[in-house]
Amino acid sequence: MSDLTLTVMRLGFLAVLWLFVIVAVQVIRSDLFTTKGTARTAQRAAAPAPAGAGRPPQGQGAPAAAAQQAQARQRRGQPTHLVVVQGSLAGTTVALQGQTITLGRAHDSTIVLDDDYASSRHARIYPDQAGQWTVEDLGSTNGTYLDRQRLTTPMPLQIGVPIRIGRTVIELRK
Amino acid sequence: MSTFDVSGGRTPAAGRRRATGRGSTAETVPNRRNTELLMLLFAVAVPVFGYANVGLAMDGTLPANILAYGLGLGVLAGVAHLAVRRFAPYADPLLLPLATLLNGLGLVMIWRLDKAGKLLSNNFPATTNQLMWSGLGIALFIGVMWLLKDHRILQRYTYISMVVALVLLAAPAFFPSRKEDFGAKIWIRFGSFSIQPGEFAKIILTIFFAGFLMVKKDALALASRKFMGLYLPRGRDLGPIVVVWLLSIMILVFETDLGTSFLFFGLFVVMLYVATERTSWIVFGLLMSFGGAALVATSEPHVKTRINAWLDPMAAFAPNHPKDSSEQIGQTLMSLGSGGTVGTGLGQGRSWLIQFAAKSDFILGSFGEELGLTGLMAIFLVYGLVVQRGLRTALAARDPFGKLLAVGLSSAFALQVFVVAGGVTGLIPLTGMTMPFLAQGGSSVVANWALIAVLMKISDTARRPAAEPTAEPAPAIPEPAGPDRFGPPGYGAPGQSRGASS
Repeated sequence: MSDLTLTVMRLGFLAVLWLFVIVAVQVIRSDLFTTKGTARTAQRAAAPAPAGAGRPPQGQGAPAAAAQQAQARQRRGQPTHLVVVQGSLAGTTVALQGQTITLGRAHDSTIVLDDDYASSRHARIYPDQAGQWTVEDLGSTNGTYLDRQRLTTPMPLQIGVPIRIGRTVIELRK
Repeated sequence: MSTFDVSGGRTPAAGRRRATGRGSTAETVPNRRNTELLMLLFAVAVPVFGYANVGLAMDGTLPANILAYGLGLGVLAGVAHLAVRRFAPYADPLLLPLATLLNGLGLVMIWRLDKAGKLLSNNFPATTNQLMWSGLGIALFIGVMWLLKDHRILQRYTYISMVVALVLLAAPAFFPSRKEDFGAKIWIRFGSFSIQPGEFAKIILTIFFAGFLMVKKDALALASRKFMGLYLPRGRDLGPIVVVWLLSIMILVFETDLGTSFLFFGLFVVMLYVATERTSWIVFGLLMSFGGAALVATSEPHVKTRINAWLDPMAAFAPNHPKDSSEQIGQTLMSLGSGGTVGTGLGQGRSWLIQFAAKSDFILGSFGEELGLTGLMAIFLVYGLVVQRGLRTALAARDPFGKLLAVGLSSAFALQVFVVAGGVTGLIPLTGMTMPFLAQGGSSVVANWALIAVLMKISDTARRPAAEPTAEPAPAIPEPAGPDRFGPPGYGAPGQSRGASS
């Protein structure tokens, strides 16, 4: 065997070995993004619901995400996320993607309230038929307050108007 | 996220959205089995390339049985892959290819050293044996995949596994040691057949630690007094760590197996730290292991020799060297040095100059010479990736037992690589352990395949998408329009209110 061939093989083997390592790292990289990749394309702020962490977010699949983005563009001036401004969860944001957001102490709520004054299924926030975000009390013990008024029926939500549940205050933001 | 609170069919859009959400789950949570298959093909191709390289360099022609070798490795990997598809479809896609690559590279190097023939002292062909052991390892891998339906079953056997591990560890002390064992009593022999129970004890002990710590972690983490910035645990909580410590010292004394004792103690400290999040355990662990090692190093002659060889590896080459000095580390360091940056090329080095255990404990030296620093770094990275995947599995696992078990298994793997690589390169005193997958040694290969199987099983459970709540039969029930206006549809369990209204 000529020296040249052997040298080429020697370096080639090292190159192949490293190529394997690099491809493996690429697999890890793609693996990182498939678990929450769609959330990244649809909306940068992912919903932090602990119960839904293992579950794929809504609107999976590229066409659905694209449609949602188009929708989001149409509805400029509409709220895009829900922010917890007071209480133990202060600072938490949930992206609004047309899905119902449930609030309560139950573990499967979108926002799991760690609040002694909250019921397990306290309230929900959802878009009504016209696409207007609406808040509804789900028969909670201590009530849900929109601004200062206790909710008795579903009420449309305006941007920046606080919803109070026990010690927690939540607002819609643009 | 939880769309089930929307009453079924209230708005057509909501219903459609849910339908797409459910339908796309299958394609958006890929199980990555095809990626694994591609990586496996790659992982088989690299050793086949290496095999061809050795043949060309040493004989000038391609090895006659290259096809058989490639097919053999390929079939082993393929069968394992099919088992994964069948029994753990969501498992990590990288663990199997990484292990296959390491196993294949080990086989190539062992075959290459077989070909060195008489140049290597005490050389007898080992490739066929190693291939057979790899096959057995894959068989055990498949067996674990098949029989272990859920890793949480192992939790039931916490104390049984402690007993089994202790018996396995103690067993070699009662078997007669032979001259070829070089002082370490770590084998059980049945005629010509020998196994190294410590390798299996590693996995079984991890199961015990994980089960034990899962129950005791709160007592260990919270019931403690603060003293000089360290959290001192209560005496009764300290019990188990002292027992494990004494145990590892006893292994060290009676079986003179430095590596295993370090591995077990390190493993316990890592798992304690992960379970309790208390730095004081690491401080304790380090103090106790240094204390124990110092105690044994001054008393045991066998360990003392090792320490001396570590402090001055070249002493054995001096003209008036002491009788019990060992040349092994010096020879390995020279082989690493002669490899340089890119190595001499497979089959072109002189790794037989490492006269002792070139295929087993010192196989890293042979790799370092023929592949150089570049190749050795790639191999270490492959080991690093195995550990990374294991720790990632621990992060993703949802149950505390699975988390602890995955952390334990991957740190046992990491510690073993560190102990061997550190010993061979002269960083720490040499211990008689085998490089996982790479080195010749049946027990090691078989046990490490089992380890990978348990890790993959945990990662299958961890990565499996959670059962969709939309799969509940609720939307199928037609909802009467009337009650919908009175009772809030999302109140209570979604199924309940509907059941009451209809």
